[in-house]
Amino acid sequence: MKAAVIVFPGSNCDRDAVCALRNHTTRHVHRVWHRDSQLPKVDLVFIPGGFSYGDYLRSGAVAARSPIMAAIKEHALNGGLVAGICNGFQILTEARLLPGALMRNAGLKFVCKSAALTVENTKSSFTNAYFGQPTTSIPIAHHDGNYYADNETLDRLEGEGQVIFRYVDNPNGSARDIAGICNAKGNVLGMMPHPERAIDALTGETGGLGFFESLANAMAGARK
Amino acid sequence: MKAIVHVRPRSGVLDPQGQAVAGALKHLGFDEVLEARQGKVIELVLADGDETKARERVEQMCKHLLANTVIEDYQVSIEP
Repeated sequence: MKAAVIVFPGSNCDRDAVCALRNHTTRHVHRVWHRDSQLPKVDLVFIPGGFSYGDYLRSGAVAARSPIMAAIKEHALNGGLVAGICNGFQILTEARLLPGALMRNAGLKFVCKSAALTVENTKSSFTNAYFGQPTTSIPIAHHDGNYYADNETLDRLEGEGQVIFRYVDNPNGSARDIAGICNAKGNVLGMMPHPERAIDALTGETGGLGFFESLANAMAGARK
Repeated sequence: MKAIVHVRPRSGVLDPQGQAVAGALKHLGFDEVLEARQGKVIELVLADGDETKARERVEQMCKHLLANTVIEDYQVSIEP
């Protein structure tokens, strides 16, 4: 079981992600620079939060066109797991690995607080550890988290179980209270809340632990 | 040669920044403002060449990077 955390100029959650993955998912975590064109052999690619390229043009737009993305697309196409958190979610929609887009928060303000979430699908590779406890609380910290997709896409996401997390109290105007989605195959996930910031009671809350435990379960299952 | 690219939120897509601008204008007494849409302008300086070809290339730039067509429309004009 191996994971890679991608680092862009302006990523600022990569070290937290490495720490969370090492403690709760797998000991083998590489950090990969965005200019590399090849991924090490890994089961999971983790695209962390931050402000890649200073959010220039659109959040995630420039990062989505960086050299490593071709390798990530190939990894995803071959069924490999990809998780994008916050800016990582924005990068995945910009790269068209996930449908829709993340627009400026409806309230126009940066929102940084703990968010109550419902886990809408507890069968996914990212949420299986939440089975039987489908609510959690994970912090959000973003300016562009207002998920948008046309109605047809939203209906499809809901119909196919691709809505993974929903806000209990919508903080940003997101369509249908969506906080996280996955692709049709279920191997690529994007979410605005930061599970890597909710793994230790010492620093706040532990609602994100299930996310990393789910990935450990999924990766163990894939190896059987 | 220059290309001017206008990028703006697609009609039907909520534009909270435009709404805030319209609200502020109304507050200043500009009651005739019914709606505002906020976008951006990108100016490209291009090597001189065929205008039709240049337009085609800039359209590709829009699709690949300059606009996110899920939420934005773009308009290209070429200036000599």
